[in-house]
Amino acid sequence: MGSILSGAEAVAFARSLPGVDAVGLEARAAGLGTRSIKKESKAHAIDLAIGMIDLTTLEGADTPGKVRTLCAKAVRPDGDAPPVAAVCVYPAMAATAAEALKGSGVKVASVATGFPAGQVPLDVRLADTEAAVAAGADEVDMVVNRGAFLAGDLERVFDEIRAVKAACGEARLKVILETGELVTYDNVRRASHLAMHAGADFIKTSTGKVGVNATLPVTLLMMQAVRDFRAATGVQVGVKPAGGIRTTKDAIKYLVCVNEVLGEDWLSPHWFRFGASSLLNDLLMQRQKLTTGHYSGPDYVTVD
Amino acid sequence: MSEQSKPKRTGSKRAAAPARLRVKKTYKLYVGGKFPRSESGRSYAVTGPDGAELANAALASRKDARDAVAAARKAQRPWAGQTAYLRGQILYRAAEMLEGRAGQFAEELAEATGAEPHAALGTVEAAVDRLVHYAGWTDKVASVLGGANPVAGPYFNHTKPEPLGVVAVVAPQDDPLLGLVEAVAPVVATGNTAVVVASEDRPLPAMSFAEVLATSDLPGGVVNLLSGKVAEIAPHLASHADVNGVDLGGVGDEALAAELEAAAAGTLKVVRRPGAGGSSLDRVRRWVEYKTVWHPAGMAAGVGGGY
Amino acid sequence: MFEYSPAPEAVRPDIREHYGLFVDGKFVDAEDGSTFKSVNPATEETLFTVAEAGEADVASAVAAARRAFETVWGPMSGAERGKYLFRIARLLQERSREFAVAESIDNGKPIKETRDFDVPTAAQHFFYHAGWADKLDYAGLGPDPRPLGVVGQVIPWNFPLLMLAWKIAPALACGNTTVLKPAETTPLTALMFAELCQEAELPPGVVNILPGAGATGAALVHSPVDKIAFTGSTAVGRSIAKAVAGSKKRLTLELGGKAANIVYDDAPIDQAVEGVVNGIFFNQGHVCCAGSRLLVQESIAEDVLERLKDRVATLRVGDPLDKNTDVGAINSAEQLTRIEALAETGAADGAEAWQPECELPERGFWFRPTVFTGVQQSMRIAREEIFGPVLSVLTFRTPDEAIAKANNTPYGLSAGVWTEQGSKILWTAERLRAGVVWANTFNRFDAASPFGGLKESGYGREGGRQGLEAYLNV
Repeated sequence: MGSILSGAEAVAFARSLPGVDAVGLEARAAGLGTRSIKKESKAHAIDLAIGMIDLTTLEGADTPGKVRTLCAKAVRPDGDAPPVAAVCVYPAMAATAAEALKGSGVKVASVATGFPAGQVPLDVRLADTEAAVAAGADEVDMVVNRGAFLAGDLERVFDEIRAVKAACGEARLKVILETGELVTYDNVRRASHLAMHAGADFIKTSTGKVGVNATLPVTLLMMQAVRDFRAATGVQVGVKPAGGIRTTKDAIKYLVCVNEVLGEDWLSPHWFRFGASSLLNDLLMQRQKLTTGHYSGPDYVTVD
Repeated sequence: MSEQSKPKRTGSKRAAAPARLRVKKTYKLYVGGKFPRSESGRSYAVTGPDGAELANAALASRKDARDAVAAARKAQRPWAGQTAYLRGQILYRAAEMLEGRAGQFAEELAEATGAEPHAALGTVEAAVDRLVHYAGWTDKVASVLGGANPVAGPYFNHTKPEPLGVVAVVAPQDDPLLGLVEAVAPVVATGNTAVVVASEDRPLPAMSFAEVLATSDLPGGVVNLLSGKVAEIAPHLASHADVNGVDLGGVGDEALAAELEAAAAGTLKVVRRPGAGGSSLDRVRRWVEYKTVWHPAGMAAGVGGGY
Repeated sequence: MFEYSPAPEAVRPDIREHYGLFVDGKFVDAEDGSTFKSVNPATEETLFTVAEAGEADVASAVAAARRAFETVWGPMSGAERGKYLFRIARLLQERSREFAVAESIDNGKPIKETRDFDVPTAAQHFFYHAGWADKLDYAGLGPDPRPLGVVGQVIPWNFPLLMLAWKIAPALACGNTTVLKPAETTPLTALMFAELCQEAELPPGVVNILPGAGATGAALVHSPVDKIAFTGSTAVGRSIAKAVAGSKKRLTLELGGKAANIVYDDAPIDQAVEGVVNGIFFNQGHVCCAGSRLLVQESIAEDVLERLKDRVATLRVGDPLDKNTDVGAINSAEQLTRIEALAETGAADGAEAWQPECELPERGFWFRPTVFTGVQQSMRIAREEIFGPVLSVLTFRTPDEAIAKANNTPYGLSAGVWTEQGSKILWTAERLRAGVVWANTFNRFDAASPFGGLKESGYGREGGRQGLEAYLNV
């Protein structure tokens, strides 16, 4: 995998992309958001969504105990509910997570590259990445250099992603664009293509650490980018909205988008993830409601 | 009909030869900025109210009407494309030209209508003032009639009056100069072009007015003036598929007016019925149609996304 | 696979077995006892019977409207008139879901559209015009705006309630009384609206509803009303214009269209594709301002077409009452026949038809979304209004050519333009001969925004300050 373009070519391509009309994009996302998913399709969607979660804890207060609790929940969320896709932690917790998840099939994802701001020297970011992988991360969630991007140095952004990709080795690389800081849809689209050409396995919206995280329109835009990228290069890239997705209703809207914009090929945890923490419990409560016929409550799912 | 009758101007009763033979004007049509004779080669004698023959006027045919519509169509887009400011200056220039020749027009009008010379001059001055009035409308119409609309969504939405295109005008019969100015000025002030059938029995002031227009920087074809029979020409204008509006203000015969309106319905032309009064705002409004343009107003990701 | 389970709308409105005419505040049967049936186009089942108004009924409705105009509605202050309209707007909002479902059942359009567009926009029209009723002096139309009197209004079947709102709200706000004829195939929401007028305690005779077909409409046109407002086909509009010629009746017409949607090579491409899809498949293409001609710049045509087909393939065609349906039923057997016949000419003329694979219900009137490529200006599908879910794709090379092709039609209702360049939008909008131009969007409507056409698309505006002109002597 990877780009057939040089950095300069990728930058030129990104700059040549036609603009995005914000209102039209948001109207399309809102339209998809009105889909009514009921009964069997809802049950299916809930299990699909559970299986796509990167169950995340990214706190300064994270401890091995907290991570192990989360890992246990990840492997067996509730009754016969499927396991989540991955547990997402800081590099310092990656080894704990790897240990707890061993043999479960649930992946270890680690943020890296000076998450969330990434404002540390490149060699530190690369060392951070290597450390995470060495500690057992199957997946690395890196942050792009928004400063360089906004300063217009797109080639640097590209080169850095390349370098991180190399440092990942076998680990899959999720590139966090931090769309809330790129602000415009035009920027998000450029950054998406830049990241994909640089070798991203996933493009991810947000760190969850800034004011604006994943939105449906911005994720829709990134879906259109991965669709166009595959059409142009044959390479399939995943999408991960992260931050702010808390309810089943929201998660299903994203799945509807995947279904109607990307289709079947992306409807699996290998190609689509939710970066979330509280979402899982809401999905589980909805799941219980479908099974029992009555509404559930927070005391009937575990607090982790 | 006394077609091709020789001019026998009987205004002078003196038996003796004048010291100088007066050079008289040949009245022609005004089409596409030129002064052609009727393609049919016909003319008709025009008399004053006392029956005295004043001159011959060209008797326009349906083909002249067709040519006039073609000239008006050709001129329309460029005329509408001029700035409103420039259109206003050109109409003002026409007022200047008319003012400069007020004496001549007063005389011609007096001959045509039998009005007292003083009253005739007053009418010419009123026509000048109407031109000035409409000259001032050109760059106000869009502000007065158009505007921004507060739609319930993230869109910029504005409405702007635009010219209909080519308007055929049957000018008033009894008021050959002022009536014509009042009818034609709002048509062209708003960016339309006009094909005008002058007062049938009193076409001479109108045809002289063409000279005013021709010397006012008004592009050829913006106003086209035909003299002739309303009943002969107007049906072809009312049914012409490349005409967008019809002013029936000068059609006295009710049955003919109804017929013309029905003919105009063939291509859904805008019609101004005989007897329609109204302010100058009503007149300019008649010859515009509104165009509303929508555009999304939005830019930032995540802002107002609502998810 | 992620298949959506059926998501049927749960609300069911009370639909009576029989409706009368609504004259002078009461439901009455036709003088000659005529009735006709209204059919659900998605199932072909008869929904109810309804009285069919004849000449005598038109006469009594117009007389009732005249009485109401002279005795109640004309003398009433604008502020009080406005309060009635506000009340109607609120009632419509309260009963919005009922109206949405009824509209969907009677018309065949998806509940998604009636729920999110038709009914809320209809309520907005009443709310908007209610506010004008006591401010007409400030509308800038003239110093002394006065109502026209009794207006006869004839509306089409594509947006039954919304077209009613577009007609009745401004007429009433301006102090007129009205006799309205809903379309033959879609009288239901107009009759429910009549019930709502009773509920709102609107004085009898202010609004009269006369279901019927062409003959009823013709009788209304020839009746002693002061104005006719018509929305429908250009052919009927033309005959109405002829009929009122020589009379004192005022006339506004909102007729057909064959709108061009111009996509330049620097367009925001995914939004443009979305706009093209919305432009032609919204309401099954039963939209006079539908973007039925896609004019795409040749250099990007292939890419746009590919995206377009991908998108159209995701449209969900079927049960109008399923909340996930994008494209519903064709309104009538007659309309279906017309669409099929015109679509056949496209193939016969050498254009290439493409349709997505989608299952259609066995009963009812259905037509697959259709995209014709290789369409030339001279073909009938590029010139005639199809009024169905059929898109004709043409290409252009330069902006001038785009304008020339877009304007090369006797119609002039709407047009679309897609480019990221502001100056090009304004350049294009300036040159398009259309009453409504959507730039980087399509099929947007608002009570505050005047809507109407040029050339053979008619004259007069509905909505906005300019729309008041149609109902006032100024």
